[in-house]
Amino acid sequence: MPTVSVERAALFAHIGRTFTDEEFDELCFEFGVELDEITSEREEATKSSTVKLNKQQIAALSEEVIYKIDVPANRYDLLCIEGISRSLRVFLGEMDAPTYEILKATDEKSSTMTVIQSSTATIRPFVVCAILRDVTFDTARYKSFIELQDQLHRNLCRQRTLVAIGTHDLDSVKGPFVYDARAPKDIKFVPLTHTDEEREFNGASLMEHYETDASCKHLKPYVPIIKDSPLYPVVLDSEETILSLPPIINGSKSRITLNTKSVFIECTATDLTKANIVLDTVVAMFSEYAATPFSVEPVTVSYVNDANKVVKSYVTPQMYTRKETASVKFVNSLIGIDVDPEPMAQLCNKIQLGPARILPEAGEDGPILEVTVPPTRSDILHAVDIAEDIGISYGYNNIVKTVPQTCTVGGEQPLNQLGDLLREEIGRAGYVEVLTHGLCSINDNFTALGRPITEAVSLSNPANVEYQVVRTTLLPGLLKTLQHNKSMSFTGGFKLFEISDVVLPDKEHVVTETVVGAKNARR
Amino acid sequence: FFSSPRWRCHLRFHTRVRSILKTQHLPTPFTMSDPESAILAALSASPEATIPDTYTFSSTHNLDHNQVVGVSKSLEGDAYVKLTELSTSFFVLGKEADSIVNDGSQEMCVLAALIEAGEGGLSMSDLQGLVGKDVCKIGMGNCLKNKWAKKEKDGKLVAVVKMEDVKDEVRELLQQLKEGGGDPKSLDDKDVTALKRRKLISLVTRKSYSIVRGPSYSSTRVKRAADLTKEMLDSGKWKETPFKEYNFKTLGESVGGGYLHPLLKVRAEFRKILMEMGFHEMPTNKWVESSFWNFDSLFQPQSHPARDAHDTFFIKEPAQTVLVPEEYYDKVKTMHEVGGSGSIGYRYDFKREEAFKNLLRTHTTAVSSQMLYKLANQKGGFQPARYFSIDRVFRNETMDATHLCEFHQVEGLVADYNLSLGDLIGTIETFFRKIGITKLRFKPAFNPYTEPSMEIFGYHPDLKKWTEIGNSGMFRPEMLAPMGLPENVRVIAWGLSLERPTMIKYRIDNIRNLFGHKVDLGMTKNAPVCRFETAEEEEQKQ
Repeated sequence: MPTVSVERAALFAHIGRTFTDEEFDELCFEFGVELDEITSEREEATKSSTVKLNKQQIAALSEEVIYKIDVPANRYDLLCIEGISRSLRVFLGEMDAPTYEILKATDEKSSTMTVIQSSTATIRPFVVCAILRDVTFDTARYKSFIELQDQLHRNLCRQRTLVAIGTHDLDSVKGPFVYDARAPKDIKFVPLTHTDEEREFNGASLMEHYETDASCKHLKPYVPIIKDSPLYPVVLDSEETILSLPPIINGSKSRITLNTKSVFIECTATDLTKANIVLDTVVAMFSEYAATPFSVEPVTVSYVNDANKVVKSYVTPQMYTRKETASVKFVNSLIGIDVDPEPMAQLCNKIQLGPARILPEAGEDGPILEVTVPPTRSDILHAVDIAEDIGISYGYNNIVKTVPQTCTVGGEQPLNQLGDLLREEIGRAGYVEVLTHGLCSINDNFTALGRPITEAVSLSNPANVEYQVVRTTLLPGLLKTLQHNKSMSFTGGFKLFEISDVVLPDKEHVVTETVVGAKNARR
Repeated sequence: FFSSPRWRCHLRFHTRVRSILKTQHLPTPFTMSDPESAILAALSASPEATIPDTYTFSSTHNLDHNQVVGVSKSLEGDAYVKLTELSTSFFVLGKEADSIVNDGSQEMCVLAALIEAGEGGLSMSDLQGLVGKDVCKIGMGNCLKNKWAKKEKDGKLVAVVKMEDVKDEVRELLQQLKEGGGDPKSLDDKDVTALKRRKLISLVTRKSYSIVRGPSYSSTRVKRAADLTKEMLDSGKWKETPFKEYNFKTLGESVGGGYLHPLLKVRAEFRKILMEMGFHEMPTNKWVESSFWNFDSLFQPQSHPARDAHDTFFIKEPAQTVLVPEEYYDKVKTMHEVGGSGSIGYRYDFKREEAFKNLLRTHTTAVSSQMLYKLANQKGGFQPARYFSIDRVFRNETMDATHLCEFHQVEGLVADYNLSLGDLIGTIETFFRKIGITKLRFKPAFNPYTEPSMEIFGYHPDLKKWTEIGNSGMFRPEMLAPMGLPENVRVIAWGLSLERPTMIKYRIDNIRNLFGHKVDLGMTKNAPVCRFETAEEEEQKQ
């Protein structure tokens, strides 16, 4: 679950009113996010066990109250202060959900992106773009803009493997733009990290630098995504200026500053659906600061083949607002409520599914609710998603509890029943029950017992050496328990037992028409 | 050493009965100079006679104090005497202090040596050779501190005072204390602190008793019988034999026997509760699972972060699933790629190799989905069902006081026509009422395979605060439709860990003390029975 840190004062300023911490906690709970921690930079630094600062450094940090808010993993529109405050304002009924406007392109050249399909297909095939015009940045907005990109990179973009976002000062470069992939040695530019010293790298030397330089260690994890590829993806302008080397770093020339007016956004990707979600999210959040709030200029993306012929073309951002329907009866039945059609449409407005209306023609199941799904709500896949949001809007804790009338008979698994009967008998016979881990080291499972290393289910990514294999015998757990209880009285001896599972490789074992190549055996 | 001869159990039973009958330690054998007669004799002079302090009494009578105390307590048990506890604190001199009393303090030794050496002074090594290493170290420091000596530029130490200018304060204080019998009052607090800081003296507390006559005092003790014997009954002697009082406060001896693990005691209770509620147990003895059942069948997209190696243990060998139900596989793939049954799907390329990656199941829901698949495809078609399981799951998580890579998941689900979120809330409430949690709140949440989803928060009567106690939701139609369940069949489910309620119940704050080989067997032995007071019982009490 992603955690978003926001300054309390700034958040309340965005929402347009203040709350006590308890009130805000309650609001979060009802809305479905969690106020996880109330802290400040100074408090955090004081508590931190990893980064030790001296007293002066700590004193220099802000005491401004920070809310750490846990947001659901599928709500990318809640990853920044703009999104959280907007959703809460709508939830409180203090504003309507914004509608986004796609303007006409003011400059044909800037609004053109050509993709060299044959080269980019080998490494990172897709790109989507958008332009925000006449944006006003200040320090706080700029910071939030960067943080939103970081959050998206961490979550939806899967550490930039699926999508990488590049944002640029449009006025510092010249369209039309090209998305190509080139040999690392042929890529020469000053990366954003070396703006001050204006140091130029080529693709290969830059990768090496990021892998080794401590000051760039935040970029190191992304290096393997392209390092071994013969071609590296690049976004260029008409004068061959490198805007970015995705998914690693942007060029210095097109960097965004507080004075930037027009923002060119490009998202390169291996997954086009996700690229569109990411672009829409960034646009939805930051078009708020455009001269005309919630407006954006489109970019036409054309894929050309080796003969320079356009084979595919689309316009982004999609900012696709959908109309979805759900029958009123279905929503009431799924949630277990009884809300009339019109009030149900009203509930939709609180959760950014507005405008909502009841269709003039009723369906088989009676009245049909039509909602407007904004581009930011890519999580809405089915009528159940609409029903859930109506449930949240209604208040989960206002739903009348019922108990299903389902008539069933309880029962237990014969294997577990037998195990429990044996456990009780063995306990009565004077043995102490232990409960040990199913994962252990190869040494514990074989060598330490004086047994030859034979087949066992092994893990490909063990957290540590203790978790190399799934045990094939319970003995190591019993012996290790004994080892850790050496200090106990030996009078009367140690009598230990465990009844649990071991896992054995078995290529034939079938469960639910499925063969995985291993089976549990109870010992 | 796993054996336990039967006769030993028998013997243990016998000694336990005896230990209830006897009061305290029996007095040691009677002789003329035995402590018992000495004590009784000392009190015989008059009813007001006292022994003011057993310690001084012991030393004047040349008796062992511990023995005297033991006998006194035994006499008190039969009401011959009454004891009042005394506690005396005094200082004792350590080895170093003793040598100071005899030979003077280290600083005096050093000073003497320096004065002897005259104006040239002594180098460190020479001084060490003269007075010894230990004395040199402490004495030199104190000489410099007291400005009795100074260090020349060449490193040599030179005395700057004459012997008659100084006095050996430490030695005098220690002597004073020794003469005063270690009485803390014989010195100023300031001096005591100084001596303590040099670790020369330490405080010792001695327990002793003052003794007066008790209500049953007599100058000779009649021994009272602990056991009723066959001979007493035969001879009729039991009528005049005085018996010892029962001591019901004694713990008795261990009854032996084995013990069940506390987590599994809680598991037994939870299983019972769920079966009472009509839930049938699922066969969860399957730790190795294919990604297909663990994720894909649950409509969890293949790019979902939970499928990262950071969260899931993937299997190196056997790495690949061999076989899945192909017809069902195709339906799942289609649902992910293009949707269906009213859903738009996730719209990405579903990869077979991703679905066939083997892993250690991250939740028992991997089995739930198989049970639902079977339920949909069984002979005679779908029948409503309630299922539960409590079993191990595996997460490649960072471990801390409350997280291990393995834990037990409790899961319950109901499948029936037209179930609602209200039914889920009602079912969850019934379950938690049975373990005594009545106040519940539900927070909207996100889970890839349930919609709606709710986190369950409970007001915990033991912790006296709201805390997250579980997760719940209604399985998505995209998960149920490919299985072939009728369209209006809905499945409500909830889950929680078994470890957390157990840790709260048994007041265990580190999970390593509950699960694994580092568990203290004493904890298992001492863990009380597990019984949850239901909400009804709680309400009746009020």
